[in-house]
Amino acid sequence: MMLLQIKNLKTYYYSRKGVLKAVDNVSLNVDRGELVGVVGESGCGKSTLAYSIIRLILPPGKIVGGSILFEGKDLLKLSENEMRKVRGKEIGMVFQDPMTSLDPLEKIGDQIAETIMEHEKVDKKTALERAGQLLESVGLPADRINYYPHQLSGGQRQRVMIALAVSLNPKLLIADEPTTALDVIVQEKIMDLLEKLKRDGKAIILITHDLSLASERSDKIAVMYAGWLVEFGEASKLVNDPLHPYTMGLINSVPDLWLDREIKPMPGFPPDLTNPPSGCRFHPRCPKAKDVCKKLEPPMLDVDGRKVKCWLYGGVEDGDN
Amino acid sequence: MEIIKVENLRKYFPVQKSFIEVLLSKRLEFVKAVDGVSFEIKKGEVLALVGESGFGKTTTGRILVGLEQPTDGRIYFKGKDITKLSGEESRSIRRHIQMIFQDPYASLNPKMTIGEHLEEPLLIHDLASKDEAKEMAIQMLERVGLIPAEEFYSRLPYQLSGGQRQRVAIARAMILKPEFVVADEPVSMIDVSLRASILELLMSFKNEYQLSMLFITHDLSVAKLVGDKIAVMYLGKIVEIGRVEDVINNPKHPYTAALLSAVPSFIKRRFKVEIRGDVPDPKNPPSGCRFHPRCPFAKDVCKREEPKLVEVEPEHYVACHYPIEDDDLRRLKLEESFWELRS
Repeated sequence: MMLLQIKNLKTYYYSRKGVLKAVDNVSLNVDRGELVGVVGESGCGKSTLAYSIIRLILPPGKIVGGSILFEGKDLLKLSENEMRKVRGKEIGMVFQDPMTSLDPLEKIGDQIAETIMEHEKVDKKTALERAGQLLESVGLPADRINYYPHQLSGGQRQRVMIALAVSLNPKLLIADEPTTALDVIVQEKIMDLLEKLKRDGKAIILITHDLSLASERSDKIAVMYAGWLVEFGEASKLVNDPLHPYTMGLINSVPDLWLDREIKPMPGFPPDLTNPPSGCRFHPRCPKAKDVCKKLEPPMLDVDGRKVKCWLYGGVEDGDN
Repeated sequence: MEIIKVENLRKYFPVQKSFIEVLLSKRLEFVKAVDGVSFEIKKGEVLALVGESGFGKTTTGRILVGLEQPTDGRIYFKGKDITKLSGEESRSIRRHIQMIFQDPYASLNPKMTIGEHLEEPLLIHDLASKDEAKEMAIQMLERVGLIPAEEFYSRLPYQLSGGQRQRVAIARAMILKPEFVVADEPVSMIDVSLRASILELLMSFKNEYQLSMLFITHDLSVAKLVGDKIAVMYLGKIVEIGRVEDVINNPKHPYTAALLSAVPSFIKRRFKVEIRGDVPDPKNPPSGCRFHPRCPFAKDVCKREEPKLVEVEPEHYVACHYPIEDDDLRRLKLEESFWELRS
């Protein structure tokens, strides 16, 4: 069942150097109870995509086109007041660095209680009780409500962030690089927690640069490159039989602990988005680039139940869609 | 022959006391960042030092290149004690020992051109005239793939991307043809698609110069790729050290096994070891074995006695009272991989 449907989303930044198309014509959907990994390198637009969904794009950034349907209603058409009710209550957000998103001068419990009281008519005592239960649900002792953020470790703070994000029981949780600042053992535990939330019925969008992490935890994976969605589909298919040369290149260039193989470095480097390459933005790095790739933007094609934006799979006559 | 030998290295950092604590004459506390570390690295060998953040990996590296004075212990370079050298002697030795830092945005001087970055070490060590240095710098830029080299030569760091800066940092370390290099997380701040090429570049220097290397990383997949040996650190101590294949396929310390089982992979992991709780406060490390509060196999003796690093199979050492046996691993084993990756 479709929960979120993003259609032809365009989010651009207007800088002095020119227009930076951070998210350029991206379409993506997320079903209820599904974990979708959005994978890409820094600057590929994956975080901009996340912030666009909750409409937290600040100037010089602007959502310039497309629609974001959440349970059928277009979030881009809501007033700021209506949108505020969606944030937190319908869609929760977990950020990369919990230390900068928690108030250092306020106790954990108060911060969670405040969020609950902002959206629901409950007294402080009830809200604090709920805060304690929430902390227990993310694997922390309830008495941590009396702690300040600096008294917790990085992993514990990220658990608090998740408790905060799910405090109003949203249907969708967006996690932007939730474990990048953490060590692997803590990362595993945080990911286990996200998976548990998924089993409890929440849809989750996991934004990460780590394709192996996404491949372990996601139902579907969306690969982004230079503002484009280049491949989107079932995680196991995408990893076992990648269609887009960029996905292939990533898989072949990432060291893997349990795979015995030679890694193959990817040539070139990610483009400057204010001046992206002509045609397909990946063509200067693509080992399979043809003439058409230099000239025309590839269409988004349906191949094997997946979406792929690449000329390799035909569609020359169809042009751009 | 071993190029680097480290014996019982210690580094204690005093914890800053507040004014009130001074008034109450509270006892001075120390963080034992490195607490009795020994290892050796042979010629042409890469030792990957792994472990979580805050466990003393970087401090160990900094001591080896002379950026930090050890509290105790000895460092030998080709048999010569270099722990406390000064002046001219230190300079002539340090030429052979270089470091590559994690953050290429902090390790280059924003006011110096790329060319000057490469010439400076040659001029300081009096290895070339100004003209020769320029020629060597240009050759080196080509060698690390910054082409056209003449153009990169006169650029400033801000005009380069992170990946390019790290190539400059590598070039700067390699231009002196060192015998030993400490590489501290050289790819952790680099874009994913560029990491492999940076690692390949480093390894090409290793092969060309028969370089010995201490490669510091939190990423075991990278350690497996570049290392000949792996040393696993936990709270300032090495808990396991051995050949890469042995440590990865046959981990003996529960912490190593837990680390290995937590690394994301494209194929299903082979076993799962879950450990409890969080990293303890380094000012007050636990008694006995420092890992015991989190260890799923800990027994009474682990709380009382600190285990010594002992050889359990050739060249494979572990500091644990109850090292993992093959049977244990079989028990922890998960079903075989469910995704066989096609290549």
